[in-house]
Amino acid sequence: MSLLEVKNLKVEFETADGVVNAVNNVNFSIEEGKILAIVGESGSGKSQTVFAMTGLLDHNGSATGSVKFEGEEILNISNQKLNQIRAEKIAMIFQDPMTSLNPYVRVSDQMTEVLVHHHGASKSDALKQSINMLDAVRIPDASNRIRMYPHEFSGGMRQRVMIAMSLLCKPKLLIADEPTTALDVTVQAQIMKLLADLQKDFGMSIILITHDLGVVAGNSDDMLVMYGGEIMEIGKTENIYSAPTHPYTQGLMSAVPRLDDSEERLITIPGNPPNMMKSPEGCPFSPRCKFAVDKCNSDSPALLKIGNSDHFRSCHVDKEKIL
Amino acid sequence: MSSNTILEVNNLKVTFDVRSEGDMPWTKAKKLQAVNDISFSLNAGQTLGVVGESGCGKSTLARAIVKMVPVESGEVVWLGNDLLGLNDSETRPFRKQIQMIFQDPLASLNPRMNIGEIIAEPLRTHYPKTPESDVQARVSDVMNKVGLLDNLKNRYPHEFSGGQCQRIGIARALILKPKLIICDEPVSALDVSIQAQVVNLLMDLQEEMDLALIFIAHDLSVVKHISSKIMVLYLGNMVEIAESDDIYKNPSHPYTQALISAVPIPDPSIEKNKNLILIEGDLPSPIDPPSGCVFRTRCPKAQEICAQKKPEFKEFTKGHSVACHFSD
Repeated sequence: MSLLEVKNLKVEFETADGVVNAVNNVNFSIEEGKILAIVGESGSGKSQTVFAMTGLLDHNGSATGSVKFEGEEILNISNQKLNQIRAEKIAMIFQDPMTSLNPYVRVSDQMTEVLVHHHGASKSDALKQSINMLDAVRIPDASNRIRMYPHEFSGGMRQRVMIAMSLLCKPKLLIADEPTTALDVTVQAQIMKLLADLQKDFGMSIILITHDLGVVAGNSDDMLVMYGGEIMEIGKTENIYSAPTHPYTQGLMSAVPRLDDSEERLITIPGNPPNMMKSPEGCPFSPRCKFAVDKCNSDSPALLKIGNSDHFRSCHVDKEKIL
Repeated sequence: MSSNTILEVNNLKVTFDVRSEGDMPWTKAKKLQAVNDISFSLNAGQTLGVVGESGCGKSTLARAIVKMVPVESGEVVWLGNDLLGLNDSETRPFRKQIQMIFQDPLASLNPRMNIGEIIAEPLRTHYPKTPESDVQARVSDVMNKVGLLDNLKNRYPHEFSGGQCQRIGIARALILKPKLIICDEPVSALDVSIQAQVVNLLMDLQEEMDLALIFIAHDLSVVKHISSKIMVLYLGNMVEIAESDDIYKNPSHPYTQALISAVPIPDPSIEKNKNLILIEGDLPSPIDPPSGCVFRTRCPKAQEICAQKKPEFKEFTKGHSVACHFSD
């Protein structure tokens, strides 16, 4: 049994201008102790997918489909039950650590609150555990620094505090939504290394949401590529990088300049990302796709297995024609 | 100064006065060294990339060159004239030769002007006597150049996507036919597929119009792709400058080495087996920088001499200079 199984997930938002289809028919699963990366550009629905799973959608959003965590349905269940799961089993960290921490409350109080509330731990015990956790995320002088306010930490340190806080209840699944986007590269390298080490120590699974293909390459077992609210390709990270079978994945890979390569010109994907107000007929990528045939504009391609592998793609055009 | 050099910056220093909360009105303000002793030169048609972490003085350097921040000392020699010695009206003729584009494409466009007016504004300011038909023709011309249809002139910035807004910003910079464009993080806010379009556009325009670029970014891969020369800054100080291939293949300063090693390569087989040079800790405060070498607090090679003496910025192979006591 997979740790998490998502089936036919759909997310819609009611807006003044009509219904926005943010996520369409998303299916994936994650095994215990694995890192799954969700890659996509802004507006591709990667964040809304996990928000729907954890019941964090905005009030005008609604989700349909099924999300099973350890075999139990968690989509659209009561807030009380969801709170239990969000505390004990699934934790989340976000892009901007300053906005996720309360600026008026000492880090010690914010951290111990988690344990006192969910585990009924005593204050002194909670403080001890919190200090240990700050040690684990390598914050120097943790027993003194825990008494500080969030603004007294640097960006990288704040993200470490967030990670420590999310691990306090020893979750089975950590969702990291663009955890290093707001950080400098040298700090990004520190944080990704830390996440990888902690993942091994705690044996949890991670869903890593990012748009940085470099970060995905070094830090994930499987990857899922999203565009226009739909899954384009899903498979082992190594396989997708060595032979991307979807035109969008290919376009994305060649559009990134590489430090270890000196190509004369970047190959671009023409056009602009789709307008989610007008949910396109057929494949969302077809207006920008150089391989598109008539069928792509009318029929939505299904996510199909390639041969006998764990590699899935949703594209009407034969794989051989693209490679 | 060689005949080809258009811009020469000599020993540029920018300091800001900062007061912390709770200071009395008569307390002396502390000095923040934002840019410390930076010198470089730029040839016509060349691209200089400037990289460094946030807070290292990249943007302040750009602003100092166009006199948008007060400079403490140093020279900015543009085509033989020291801009810093000129008053505002004397600087004006040179301003049209240096243009800027910014990071947030939407925030740098006035939401109440249509894009025809936005693009025409520099032309109307610097050449107020241009007949309206000529202005419109020039606007259409630059819009075509940056890949925008000229029938979009009457639309407003909010109707465009981020990539298109950046093209509008580039069109506005181009209309005066500048010799130098300073690009301050021009692609950081864009998605990867759009980023590649804008980078290609800048490189095409550079070739076509013989533009020089100063390209500021924190993404080393993009900077290396577009630049002929790269300068690495740390805490307002130059740590290394070299040809872009050279700096990638033979980084000499420990900071440059760590920076290059931290950039993730989109290839799992390389990325998962790479020898990461991690630097510990955080950027020291620029109000109270470390003595001697500014990088010594995080440097794996630091020795006693690094705390006592500031390393000289010296050339060790042709075109490759570095500020480190232990460069080899």
